[in-house]
Amino acid sequence: MSRPAGARSVLLGSDLARLGVTGLAARPTRAVLSALGIAIGIAAMIAVVGISTSSQAQLRSTLDELGTNLLVASQGKDLFGEAVPLPTTADEAAARVTGVESVAATGTVGDLGAYRSSAVPKGRTNGLTVATATPGLLDVLGARVASGAWFTDGTARYPVAVLGDEAAERLGVVAPGEHVLIGEVVHVVGGILAPVTLAPEIDASVLVGEGDGAALLGDAVHPTSVYVRASEADVDAVRQTVPRTISPESPNEVAVSRPSDALVAKQAADQAFTGLLVGLGSVALLVGGIGVANTMVISVLERRREIGLRRALGAARRHVRRQFLVEALFLSLLGGVGGIVLGVGVTAVFAVANGWPLAVPPVVLGGGLVATLAIGALAGAWPAMRAARIPPTVALQS
Amino acid sequence: MSTVGASDAVIELRDVVREYGSPPTLALAGVSLVVRRGEMLAVVGPSGSGKSTMLNVLGTLDRPTSGTVLIDGVDVASCTDDDLSALRAHRIGFVFQQFHLTEGRTAIDNVSDGLLYSGVPLRERRERAEEALVRVGLGHRLRHRPNQMSGGERQRVAIARAVVHRPPLLLADEPTGNLDTKAGAGVVELLHELHREGTTIVVITHDVQLARDLPRRVTIRDGHLDDDSGAPAGPPPSVGQPATQDAVPLGSPS
Repeated sequence: MSRPAGARSVLLGSDLARLGVTGLAARPTRAVLSALGIAIGIAAMIAVVGISTSSQAQLRSTLDELGTNLLVASQGKDLFGEAVPLPTTADEAAARVTGVESVAATGTVGDLGAYRSSAVPKGRTNGLTVATATPGLLDVLGARVASGAWFTDGTARYPVAVLGDEAAERLGVVAPGEHVLIGEVVHVVGGILAPVTLAPEIDASVLVGEGDGAALLGDAVHPTSVYVRASEADVDAVRQTVPRTISPESPNEVAVSRPSDALVAKQAADQAFTGLLVGLGSVALLVGGIGVANTMVISVLERRREIGLRRALGAARRHVRRQFLVEALFLSLLGGVGGIVLGVGVTAVFAVANGWPLAVPPVVLGGGLVATLAIGALAGAWPAMRAARIPPTVALQS
Repeated sequence: MSTVGASDAVIELRDVVREYGSPPTLALAGVSLVVRRGEMLAVVGPSGSGKSTMLNVLGTLDRPTSGTVLIDGVDVASCTDDDLSALRAHRIGFVFQQFHLTEGRTAIDNVSDGLLYSGVPLRERRERAEEALVRVGLGHRLRHRPNQMSGGERQRVAIARAVVHRPPLLLADEPTGNLDTKAGAGVVELLHELHREGTTIVVITHDVQLARDLPRRVTIRDGHLDDDSGAPAGPPPSVGQPATQDAVPLGSPS
């Protein structure tokens, strides 16, 4: 019988958890302040990632809605910087390319301006372009009429204009039926378009029918931009073929672009910025972790007598070590949960303000929690080991 | 491996030496002592005589530099930190001069901490804590916090915590050192009651009055046992014996 018979020193798991909580609750201000560091770090990372993914989700739904299969062939410039007009048959030629589903075109009508009334001095065009539109333009762009109506076969021949969103605002037109002056001819506003995401140039345009455009210019209007919807599989092939088809003589002077690429490129630029912000967030998290470690070290120093007492009451070294480790884990968990709530909240506010869907990947939330616990364990390990090494005799020293 | 000197010995020290620092300062210079089950003894000595070191060694909070310490027949030298912690959790109760209660926690919570490392679930800990508090005469102070109690009451709470796991051995370090005469007398009386109920009690003190009331006194000076009044012959003292001594006012001229 050289060892204590059977009985061991035991600390129940529920008691360990309770010790961790009461240890923190004994100094609530300190706990909250040191958890704040972690909270800010986690919140920063979650908000940055959340805002970025929310905006991606928005872009994805926009692209789903608008499609990525729109190509725009525009008139280019020759070697001398002179604009090379597209042939008048450009849209019909493009429609014959294999894989093209639908085609529409706009053509700038000379240098005509659009004015609210004849009292406005000529030349003060407000940066608006007057262009003809083919009947299919609305469908090809996936655009929508906000009020009034799009051209019909009838109205396309008469002085009727459809205004882009921006154009209506600049001309001060609020409803169809009002009049605007194009060149010298008074036009009735037949409709006003909603903003066109894939073709922002339409927003600042005053559109007229082809027949009306020819009448205004006194000549057939050359297309300036040909909008082509290709089947998804053929987009690349169509992109190669279109310039040669619509302008066989000078294919190099036809510029083809894919508007959805511009949106994606803009997004990619934002992503680079996101990486930087995540880096900053992780620095905040690191500083938060150091704060927790610091708090724990001070706590261990202050609580030498408590530790001694616990040893006298029968706590083994491992119990003291676990107590402080659990306390550090709870401390950083407090920060982590607070940070997640804060981060998701900031993301939600930002997303709602921008009209985006709220999208925070669950992986990021889980990762935040795991990071928090890892930091707590790292920050708590050394102080906990120091606490366990405090000799039990300190309980008896005053 | 370790031979047990006396079958009813709770504590046995054999030539215990404890040195500190370098060059070594001798706190205990070869102390031998046997405390039998059911004894109540005072370890008396001036400051710096080594009595605190002796209590640390008796309570397994400290290990001797050389010599043998047997607690309940268990050789401390053969024990790991875990074994010693278990010994303290189940076999030893401590009472300190400064009470060492946790401020802001009720008496019942403080006392139930005495069972925290015995693996007893919370509900049972609290029940037993309540029993222990009633036992020390604080049944009316269960939900009071340390700052709402007098010094004597606090020391009673601390004693309740020390005995809540019913240890065979109770070690008290200057239990009346921070108390006025009246409260101190009450605490001493409580220790006597616990002793009558069968607990082995070692009281470390420099209070000669207190020591005089105990059945056995051991004097320590410069790390040596100077004088041992020896255990009274026969079975543990009857109920009447210490009570009569208690009746003598502590402040009366001797």
